[in-house]
This record gives sequence, structure tokens and C-alpha cells, in this order.
Amino acid sequence: MSQAVIDRLCAHFGDRILETSDAFGDHEVVVALRDWVEVAERLKNDDELQMDHFIDLTAIDHPERQDARFDLVLMTRSSVAGARIRVRTRVEEGEAAGTLTHVWSGANWAEREVWDMFGIEFEGHPDLRRILLYEEFVGHPLRKDYPIDKAQPLVPYREVEDIQKLPPFGIEEGQPFARIDWEARLRGRDRQVSPAIGLQHGQRRALSDSEAARRIQARIAARKEEGAEAGEPEGAKEGSGA
Amino acid sequence: MGELKVIGGGGEVAVTTRFSDLLQWARKWSLFQYPFVTACCGMEFMATAAPRYDIARFGAEAPRFSPRQSDVLWVVGTISQRQGPAVRRIWEQMADPKWVIAFGTCASCGGFYDNYTTIPGVDKVIPVDVYIPGCPPRPEAVLDALMLLQDKIQANDRKPIVVPPRLVPERAPGRAKESGT
Repeated sequence: MSQAVIDRLCAHFGDRILETSDAFGDHEVVVALRDWVEVAERLKNDDELQMDHFIDLTAIDHPERQDARFDLVLMTRSSVAGARIRVRTRVEEGEAAGTLTHVWSGANWAEREVWDMFGIEFEGHPDLRRILLYEEFVGHPLRKDYPIDKAQPLVPYREVEDIQKLPPFGIEEGQPFARIDWEARLRGRDRQVSPAIGLQHGQRRALSDSEAARRIQARIAARKEEGAEAGEPEGAKEGSGA
Repeated sequence: MGELKVIGGGGEVAVTTRFSDLLQWARKWSLFQYPFVTACCGMEFMATAAPRYDIARFGAEAPRFSPRQSDVLWVVGTISQRQGPAVRRIWEQMADPKWVIAFGTCASCGGFYDNYTTIPGVDKVIPVDVYIPGCPPRPEAVLDALMLLQDKIQANDRKPIVVPPRLVPERAPGRAKESGT
């Protein structure tokens, strides 16, 4: 269905459509940056295309690429024809793309987000400010050259001893607050669901070799022995939880 | 409540204790909360407050949506860098004595968010009294935290503490025979 969109665009724009593709049923056209706004307007206003639903606008950073650093990606859909199309263009660092806010007003926040995260400017945008981060933030965090662990705190961190990350998250300090399968318990078949489930049923490996894990393991072994003594068939126990 | 002494007998009995002990005792049973709820941990917080777990048993059920009237700041959920100034300011507005509970892994240490967005533990911004591990913690853990906090208040102890694990009674060693299967 979307192939019709590509055909229509190609018929109208000719070789200004640089590339087309339909990988996995996702139809895409690549256009030059100078045609960006015109293609969008065409998508929205063409009698047949009627792309009235702005889905998303985002960007991809290719720092290793020589010609243009960013891909700008527009996803749009027609609620009339049910067709979808993806439009992609290339933007060099420092270059500005034309705004699409006059085509779809929904592009307003999406363009602000792209500016916030990638630092791509949009010419003619009515209010190009950061949308998720704060004005004090330096840089654009979804650029691949932004350090992955660099935080820019608004409030200076306290520097006292007690804020060293306490480790409440091993199985010893953590919380084996088991979820209890109350229904099973009422029926007389106590089936703990977590965290001993793996140990109990041999489905998963133990979370760790800690003391708590060993204790649980020992208790399960003891329970199995008890069951064997009572002559309880092992198969029936296993089958009941399936 | 610290040291208690019972004087007299029959119809007339007096109990003596130290004034500070009495004060702490009163404080620990009337903790007005300020819920700073930002994320999914809020669901467990609601469960704790609801009748099944019933936080009211500990005198800690009354939410005060003005920090000036509250005693305990519950930081429930992920705190982003952008929220840092807000949570700091709310803490500053609370009147002494005040306590802070970091509810869940994100509030305690940032959880799996280790990047530009999130404060790696609300203790980077404000001092925390009790940390509750869990993603999210079960209401039992929350009640354990509340009882820990009460103990700390009674003992006048401001050392941060992590809620320790608790064995489900049925699983505790020695109880296996009784509970059966």
C-alpha cells in the first residue's frame, strides 16, 4: 500500500527522490535537505496521499560518516488511506533543517526534542527550546560523542560519607520477600513463585551462591526427601503447576 | 520507650520515664508523611497505604501535601536531575525533626539508570535515613522500613540504614515441619 506513496512521490519529484527502499515492509524515501519541507508539504496536502498523521520525528547520529553526520527521520501516516511512509534526509553538523510545524503542528515538540537530544536546529520553529532537559545542560546527550556516564547535576551532590552507594541489592541485603501463591496454598499445594522458583523446579539457575540461596536450596532438598518418604509421586507435583 | 518505671499499685499507678524518651515515643507514632511519588514504586506505596497492609497501624498514614506539616519525606521512585532542585527544596521546607525514606532501588542508588538523566540515589541531594531495596519493594519491606525508622527515632539514631531481608515465616529454618506443604 505504501509503495503507491513512493510511486506518487517519485512521479512528482522525479530524481529529487534520492533513494527508495521497502525493507521489512517499511517504505522509505530519502530526500535532500533542501527538499525536506517541500516533500512534507506534498505528503500532507496531496489529494491522494493525505498524510494527516504526524507520527514522529527523530534523528540518528553517525559520527563516523564523512558527508553528513545526522540522519533526520520523519514518520508519517495517512488516516484516510492507511498508508505509512518514512522520510529520511541527511543533515551536517551545524546545518539547520526547515521546520515542519506549519505542516503538522505536532512536529513542534518533536523538533524541540531533536534539538534537545541531537542539537539539530530547525529554521522557522516558533519556540526552539529544550523540552526534556534543562536550560543549564551543556551539550546534546544522544550524540554519540557525549560521554555515557556524564551527569550535569542541578544541585551539587552532597559530599559526606553516608552517601556512598549502599549495597542493598545483593541477595543477602536484598529482599527475598517471596510472592506466595495463595490459591495454591489454599488448595494444599504450596508453590512459591519467587525467588526460589528456579531452585524448586530446576527451571532456572540459582541467582547466586550466597548463604541465603544455599539455605533455600537445602530446604528444598529436605522437602523433596520428605515427599519421597511420604510416597508422593514426583511427577504429579511437577505437573500441577503447568 | 526507653526506661519505664511503674510506681504504686492498685487503683493508682504512675509511670515515669525520661522526657526525651516520651517525646521520641510520641514522634514515632505520629509520622505525617510527604509522599514524593515519581514512578512505578508508587503502586506499592499505594498498596502499603491501602487497608490490606494498612500503614495506619503505625500512625503514619496521614499525608500532608505541604512539606511544612510533614515529618517523613517518602521519596518514591526515580529522581531525575531535573527534579533535584524540587526535592531538595521540599526537604528544606520541612520542619525539624524530619526524616527521609528512599523507597525502591531508583531512589536508593539510581537503579539501572546510570546516565545523564538520573540522580544516582536521592542521598546525593538530601540525607536519607532508611533505604528500601526492591524494584519495587513489596509492602512488607515498606512496613519493615517504617518500623526501622520508628526504632531509629526512639533511639535518636540518624545513621542511614538499609532494610534487611526478611525470611518468609513459612520458610524460616525450623518452621518447615510446621507449615507443611
